[in-house]
Amino acid sequence: MTRAGALRPVGRLLIYAVLIFFAAYYLMPVYMLLLTSAKPFEKVGVTQMWNLPTSVYLDNAIRAWPLVSANFWNSVMITVPAAVISSFIGSLNGYVFAKWKFPYSNLVFMLILFGIFLPYQGILIPLVQLLTVIHLYGSVLGLIFVHCVFGMPITGLIFRSYFATVPSDLIDAAKIDGAGFFGIYYWIMLPIAAPAFAVALIWQFTNIWNDFLLGVVVLSNPSLAPMTVAINNIAGSFSIEWNLQMAAAVLAAAPTVLVYLFLGRLFMRGLLAGALKG
Amino acid sequence: MVLSPSILAVLVFIYGFILWTGYISVVNWNDVTPTYGFVGLQNFQRLFGQTPRFLTDLKNTLEFSVLFIGQCLIIGLMLAILLDQHIKGEAFFRTVYVMPFAISAIVTGVAWKWLMNPSSGINTIFDVLGLKFLENKWFADQNIGIAATAIAAAWQMSGYTMALYLAGLRGISADLRDAARIDGASGFNYYRYVAIPLVMPVTLTALIILGTISLRLFDLTASMTSSGPAYATDTPAFFMFQVTFQQYKYSLGAAIGVVMLFVALFLIVPYFFTIRDEVER
Repeated sequence: MTRAGALRPVGRLLIYAVLIFFAAYYLMPVYMLLLTSAKPFEKVGVTQMWNLPTSVYLDNAIRAWPLVSANFWNSVMITVPAAVISSFIGSLNGYVFAKWKFPYSNLVFMLILFGIFLPYQGILIPLVQLLTVIHLYGSVLGLIFVHCVFGMPITGLIFRSYFATVPSDLIDAAKIDGAGFFGIYYWIMLPIAAPAFAVALIWQFTNIWNDFLLGVVVLSNPSLAPMTVAINNIAGSFSIEWNLQMAAAVLAAAPTVLVYLFLGRLFMRGLLAGALKG
Repeated sequence: MVLSPSILAVLVFIYGFILWTGYISVVNWNDVTPTYGFVGLQNFQRLFGQTPRFLTDLKNTLEFSVLFIGQCLIIGLMLAILLDQHIKGEAFFRTVYVMPFAISAIVTGVAWKWLMNPSSGINTIFDVLGLKFLENKWFADQNIGIAATAIAAAWQMSGYTMALYLAGLRGISADLRDAARIDGASGFNYYRYVAIPLVMPVTLTALIILGTISLRLFDLTASMTSSGPAYATDTPAFFMFQVTFQQYKYSLGAAIGVVMLFVALFLIVPYFFTIRDEVER
């Protein structure tokens, strides 16, 4: 007798009822966003928020796009390089911490892990000062740099967990064959690291795309700002119609949600790695 | 020995910056131009003694943590247990539940701000369902304030908590499940006496992650409510941002940062001791 079989049909029905209720709960705000962004302005007043649109209406998306297209591309310009670079650096660091243990390397690793939980308010002022000194403050390059640095703890963790599963015998054999630090990285680790790269890239893409705090501090200039900062500015403005605000928000959410929907399994692995359960 | 320079960079950007923030918090740089005259703990005295807003923020953080973490743990554990019952369409439910986690807090805030419009949104749903007594002014109400933010935040993170719990439940070995069943622990009793105690480490991990999110709460506040009536929805992170980058009181902002760092340390250090064995394998 399975555990599932132990429950009576009424119990099963109740379980499905609860599961469906929560599915509706999680989908409701998304549904409302899509609904509002698909209706003309006359139909989005507070009294008719839940009314269905009478016809397919894509005008909002078309009108919202010019408002945020520059910021959308800024986000792409920031997110893609930062995700790639921080994943690559993470692979090197993970390799060091998994296979080239040095005295106190575990302690150093723990000190780096604190970066995952760090409240950035505790480092923002020195960060801005340093970026100003090296002429990176207020530039796209500066924000990429910042995301690379603060992405290292999580990417290092993802790759360390992954490389820890590579048998040390393999490494030792390569050392006997004369392979050094980079030789082993290039010939043994990199060729098998594709799954870890996928997890790290997706995780970093999502996090950096969704970041607001670092973006608004380092790159608040409206024309250079990332998408999240632009959406926040639009949502705080009373002169822009609600339906346009919602259409812009849908555009901001689309890339990460699509990545999640199409690459969900890899996304979940990053999620669990981030919980220190590699 | 090749020590990646990037490791050094991280350490400098975390710990060097923390020390520098600590230094700024004890000087008198409360203007646009940097000045570094030592003033001791004056900035902290000002925060705790003469800034009611900061005390409100601390109270808000505490209230938010309890409401937000409570919702995430209860909803997360419940949904994980339900999904553990050989559910048809499990993949669909799981995908829907975790999806808000892929959406930025900014978009979440924009959506919930609209949903919690006093004369529309959720209140309309309550109206239709005959639950008029549940209607309220949400974050526009000084007494409810931060609870509204906690609801939006839990919408984003409770599915994530579910995923952590589900992974924990699936990690329980089949042998143990069978043994529990032979001992007569089926259904409710299996979870009550076997599974839930076994996923305690997940609860601890979730507490730490959700706790640091509570401490850092900023994006949702910015996009959804700002400070709210009588600072009802204000947070230390939001205050720090405004005082530092809009009012240029850098030393006061640094002092807020230091307080937040201390709270984070109290959360993280004990946690690191418990995961040390896992890291050192």
